[in-house]
Amino acid sequence: MNVIEVQDVYKKFRLYYDRSQTVKERLLFHSRNRHEDHWVLKGVSFAIQKGEAVGLIGENGCGKSTLLKLISQIIYPEKGEIRIQGRVSSLIELGAGFHPDMSGRENIYTNASIFGLDKAKIDEKLQTIIQFSELGDFIDNPVRTYSSGMYTRLAFSVAINVDADILLIDEILAVGDTNFQAKCFDKLREIRKSGTSIVIVSHSLGQIEQFCDRSLWIDNGVIRMQGKPREVHFQYLESMGEKRLAAQEKERAEAIASGRIPPPQKLGNEFARIERIQLVNEAGKPAIVFKTGERMDVLLHYSCSKVLENSTVSLQLLRSDGISIYASNTRIDGLDGLTLMEDGRILLTFDSLNLLAGEYFLNMGLHAADGDIYDFKEQAAQFTVYSDLQDVGITRLDHRWRLEDPERKEA
Amino acid sequence: MKTLREIYAYRQMIISLVRRDLRGRYKGSVLGFLWTFINPLLQLCVYTILFSTILKSGIEKYYLFLFVALIPWLFFSNCLTGGAGAILGQKDMVKKIYFPREVIPIAYVTSSFVNMLLCFVVIFGVILFSGNGLSGEALLYLPLVMAVEYVMALGIALLTSAITVYFRDMEHILGIAGLAWMYLTPIMYGPDAVPPEFLRLFEMNPMMPVIMAYRDILYYKQPPQIDTLLRAFGLGLLVLLAGWLVFEALKKHFVEEL
Repeated sequence: MNVIEVQDVYKKFRLYYDRSQTVKERLLFHSRNRHEDHWVLKGVSFAIQKGEAVGLIGENGCGKSTLLKLISQIIYPEKGEIRIQGRVSSLIELGAGFHPDMSGRENIYTNASIFGLDKAKIDEKLQTIIQFSELGDFIDNPVRTYSSGMYTRLAFSVAINVDADILLIDEILAVGDTNFQAKCFDKLREIRKSGTSIVIVSHSLGQIEQFCDRSLWIDNGVIRMQGKPREVHFQYLESMGEKRLAAQEKERAEAIASGRIPPPQKLGNEFARIERIQLVNEAGKPAIVFKTGERMDVLLHYSCSKVLENSTVSLQLLRSDGISIYASNTRIDGLDGLTLMEDGRILLTFDSLNLLAGEYFLNMGLHAADGDIYDFKEQAAQFTVYSDLQDVGITRLDHRWRLEDPERKEA
Repeated sequence: MKTLREIYAYRQMIISLVRRDLRGRYKGSVLGFLWTFINPLLQLCVYTILFSTILKSGIEKYYLFLFVALIPWLFFSNCLTGGAGAILGQKDMVKKIYFPREVIPIAYVTSSFVNMLLCFVVIFGVILFSGNGLSGEALLYLPLVMAVEYVMALGIALLTSAITVYFRDMEHILGIAGLAWMYLTPIMYGPDAVPPEFLRLFEMNPMMPVIMAYRDILYYKQPPQIDTLLRAFGLGLLVLLAGWLVFEALKKHFVEEL
């Protein structure tokens, strides 16, 4: 059963050049009321089933938050239709209608009633809400005496306990301490199991992967792609990476053109030149986004003016903040005396790229036996790594855990 | 029809908002809730001094004549001017959460209405003090008249609260319009003081039959005339319908305008 049906929805916002709000201004300066229509959504259709969890991803300003507002029915589309079955609760605005002078308990009644609950239903839920908020005896104190943490905990407890059929979340919350957050996630999983559909807007792709069955990638007002979160996110990151690279390159070119930074220094005598460097993924396709543990091939295209015997290829891997992670060359790796002839390629393979999520780049160079540099390219290739796990750091070290039997310990 | 069902489903929200408003209104002031009674009494003092000593009206027990009309008027005028800002005032809620938007003006009018009911305690106190007496039969009509006024006030609040979202000037315009409306309604004078050539014009004022009915019941101790009641009821429904239609048309774009 579909609880949310979005059919060919268009939504525009008016951007006023000079907004006049009063009658006088509207009448007197009629010509000034110029505006531009900005179409935020341009024909979006999808359906969400009962009990499904869906993540909305996309760049800032792509329309995903607008879509969430449309689903919560606080704004209406210009064209198209949105059908909603059941009660919608949102973790977008926490603590709506809270009155600072009223007690936590009284505010639960106000706040829950805004989600459309009647008195009997709130009575029934009251204990669960109070317990979940961990406020204890403070529940009968006026809300103005609460710390901000207590305030959000109470508000969150109400929003999550109103038995909604559809729950909307804009950015996974940073509520309370880690314990409370973990509790919230458990609760979210629990209500999802009980058949509540959940729509999440987030920039944290990892959390969406953990939690959602499906990702919708909104790009420029249309659905660019939807499907299994991991697959969608991969494409999404890749597209983001390309955009970022293009922007960086453009900025760099502009900076060089305007003389703000010096053109890249040519190192080396150029007997041999690195023409270009290509990164290739497991599937054999050029890529700039890799998953932790995936294979990465680095393809170096070179050209040389004469046969160069006894050459070395060097490699340096750095994180975007400049931390050197690994450096080596063909000589260290036991490949003595490469002979470079005319145009050719060198393939470097990382069978398992054990880097954690982040931005990285490669420096590569061609050298003579005595260390003279033929050619050296700084930031020869840039790439992004994303991780499916929550581990942090630079690299994933192989490790295992084992729980020792108590008897054996004594032995 | 769908909207009505939804408003019913959100009845607890109306109750909550009314309670919050009534309890929150005088929070922090020394006399607190007593202001509900003190404020109309002080207004009564001002008007009585004005009309019994300076502008003599010649009406017997003028303070009572005035008071039984003034309290219902204050309820209505509060819905007219204060109700205009109701949606704007709850902007954060409207922008972030879905609920039937009608809930806000309904809660506002209801809270003002409850306030008026409390003021009626003062009215009955003043009637007792005046020795003017009450008629049981006439009093039976009081809830009916109140209901009609509620309907009318709700219509006005729906109308002004929705328009104000789009034209912020409304609030200021209504401040002066409310004042004019008060003087053009027979509150401080009787309908017989209206020049006959203007009477037809005055009768178009929907509040006129309502005020006259209140005064019939509480001052003249007689049931209001049937045609006064019918006219009040008809006009009340008309105002509500107008307010409702305008609200329905405008509510879809509240969020974009706020």
